[in-house]
Amino acid sequence: MELTGAEIFVECLKAEGVDTIFGYPGGAVLYIYDALYKEAEHVNHILVRHEQAAVHAAEGYAKSTNKPGVALVTSGPGATNAVTGIADAYMDSVPLVVFTGQVPRHLIGNDAFQEVDIVGITRPCVKHNFLVTDVNDLANTIKKAFYIASTGRPGPVLVDIPKDITTAKCEFSYPETIHIRSYNPTVKGNKRQIRRAIDLMLEAKRPVLYTGGGVILANGAPALLTEFTREIGFPITNTLMGLGAYPATDKQFIGMLGMHGTYEANTAMHESDLIIAIGARFDDRVTGKIEKFCPYAKVIHVDIDPASISKNIKVDVPIVGDVKHVLQDLLEELRSRTERPEPAALKLWWDQINEWRKTDCLKYEQDDQEIRAQYVIEKLWEVTGGEAYVCSDVGQHQMWAAQFYQFDKPNRWINSGGLGTMGFGLPSAMGVQIAHPDATVACVTGDGSIQMNIQELSTCMQYQLPIKIITLNNGYLGMVRQWQEFFYERRYAMSYMDALPDFVKLAEAYGHVGMRIQKPSDVEGALKEAMAMKNRLVFMDFITKREANVYPMVPANAGHNEMILV
Amino acid sequence: MSTVKRHVISILMENEAGALSRVSGLFSARGYNIESLTVAPTEDNTLSRLTLVTIGNDDIVEQIMKQLHKLVDVVKLMDLDQYSHIEREMMLVKVDVHKQGSCDQVKRLADIFRARIIDVSDKTYTIEVTGSRSKLDGFLQALSEARIIEVVRSGSMGIARGTASLSSPGK
Repeated sequence: MELTGAEIFVECLKAEGVDTIFGYPGGAVLYIYDALYKEAEHVNHILVRHEQAAVHAAEGYAKSTNKPGVALVTSGPGATNAVTGIADAYMDSVPLVVFTGQVPRHLIGNDAFQEVDIVGITRPCVKHNFLVTDVNDLANTIKKAFYIASTGRPGPVLVDIPKDITTAKCEFSYPETIHIRSYNPTVKGNKRQIRRAIDLMLEAKRPVLYTGGGVILANGAPALLTEFTREIGFPITNTLMGLGAYPATDKQFIGMLGMHGTYEANTAMHESDLIIAIGARFDDRVTGKIEKFCPYAKVIHVDIDPASISKNIKVDVPIVGDVKHVLQDLLEELRSRTERPEPAALKLWWDQINEWRKTDCLKYEQDDQEIRAQYVIEKLWEVTGGEAYVCSDVGQHQMWAAQFYQFDKPNRWINSGGLGTMGFGLPSAMGVQIAHPDATVACVTGDGSIQMNIQELSTCMQYQLPIKIITLNNGYLGMVRQWQEFFYERRYAMSYMDALPDFVKLAEAYGHVGMRIQKPSDVEGALKEAMAMKNRLVFMDFITKREANVYPMVPANAGHNEMILV
Repeated sequence: MSTVKRHVISILMENEAGALSRVSGLFSARGYNIESLTVAPTEDNTLSRLTLVTIGNDDIVEQIMKQLHKLVDVVKLMDLDQYSHIEREMMLVKVDVHKQGSCDQVKRLADIFRARIIDVSDKTYTIEVTGSRSKLDGFLQALSEARIIEVVRSGSMGIARGTASLSSPGK
């Protein structure tokens, strides 16, 4: 039977097993919305209030499930509004398929109403993109889009669909499999390199496992990582994107590394003689000044993306492959050997690390006057039993959440790591809550970030999403202010917000519950009260210490051994 | 840091709209140099062959190769500098020959460089010359006495010698 392009679109989503899409209608996608209307019981469409939020929500959905997130927006401004979310997904390797409407084919290039070359605009920030020029290609293109987005190093794929394609008809059949001759991600790691990696690990005296978001993205890899780490007995540090891949409460975990990482993690990296990087990409926030990075270490690097290997840091043993498969092979290889890393050397190394731990680099003092942001996060962790999905915005609160919420499970820490997108938190929390309706979802944010997508409080009301918003309100763009304090002689240029709304009333205006918490002694009780409201969104406005700083810190252009402690 | 060298990279990619801009966009976004870029379909019209000349040290060229390979439309590529290879460029030059004696002079130079005069008017010769980049540079230098009206160069094309090849994988 012949179907219209719009009907084919919906059939493709069903065939891909897509249960939820996030979007916003407009002229170019009206036929698609009409087709979705008729299939509402199969595909749940969530109407956001701004297209950027649609993409972030799809990211939240994807990051918490490892399934591709799907967004649908109209042409022109709908498409350009989505770009920040797409770039965000590109930086954090989030599997995403974004559909944009386009003006009819005969108007393309004509400066038509709501026309924009979105394929051109997004080319540098997508894994791949397509403009559909023939309805006969539509199903195949959608199949390719999902395949590319979710295999290899995941990423966003954009499909631009002209309006007349959505009315054109053709026979529909969805391809069961797809082969793209130019796209063959490597899955299995090279056996010889895996043997060499184990050889190096067995000889190492001061090894560190340094793992990133790639472990979270590979289904099943965190459990293997845990098994491997325990078997070999090495200390392990996670990147910001990699938190939760290894249980944070375990004794082998030495905290996050990088700019706001722990003293023990960064110092261990600096003193190490062997770095085993798994699914991490030596980002500048991790390495600090490249010339000073891990001066004594050999480097093993496991990554599915060959272009990540030896990009920033010269690698001694490169292993290209799916982290899960490589971890399996590493574990197998290790178990086939009779020798183990020299226990005396390893003990010496652990003794040293435990000395560094005594620095207690994350310590802070909670008096009875001003609420410390760190204290709120610690209490949040306690009250939620460490089981919440924590969706963060970008800034100081993000670093405190990363430092103080101890993630024992993967896919629970949802943040914008690479692009650092303020406004990511709330919409991503919507995506997470929709994917996990019964879970506790906390959005940790600041008074700056929350205002970047605050309109989504309306979406949360429409779909009754009981997100708990934890705003750490210090009246500043805290991270900007911190840098100005440290490096610009306290000239607080534009980092102060002079006209903050009354967030309690604002939340109430949207139909939610608002709470303002001003005293340290009220923090725990308020969190418990909010968590008890299972079916309500609670906007918690914590008035926190105004000029607090995130410590420790590796300043820009410094090495891991040059941290500012307090 | 290894030395900065010129590299000739051959790329086989899907002959699709936008494919070329993915390559050129990659170079501008990541700050790589493009000295020249030529592109045309191959014997298999679903594939385009690009020859790209770039400059960089070994680390940069390694990244360029990896980033190019990462583009979904790129089927295969090779750094011709890893192989014994042949490089050719074509140039068309229009010169002013209306001055007394310059016809003969230009004709003689064209013969020396095994160039061909492919169009003639009462005031101009148009010359076609093929060869390595340095040969074309040499020809232009030799012509410097004559007045050059315009120059069109194709940019380099390259192919490996012997059995090494970058052939179509089939569909």
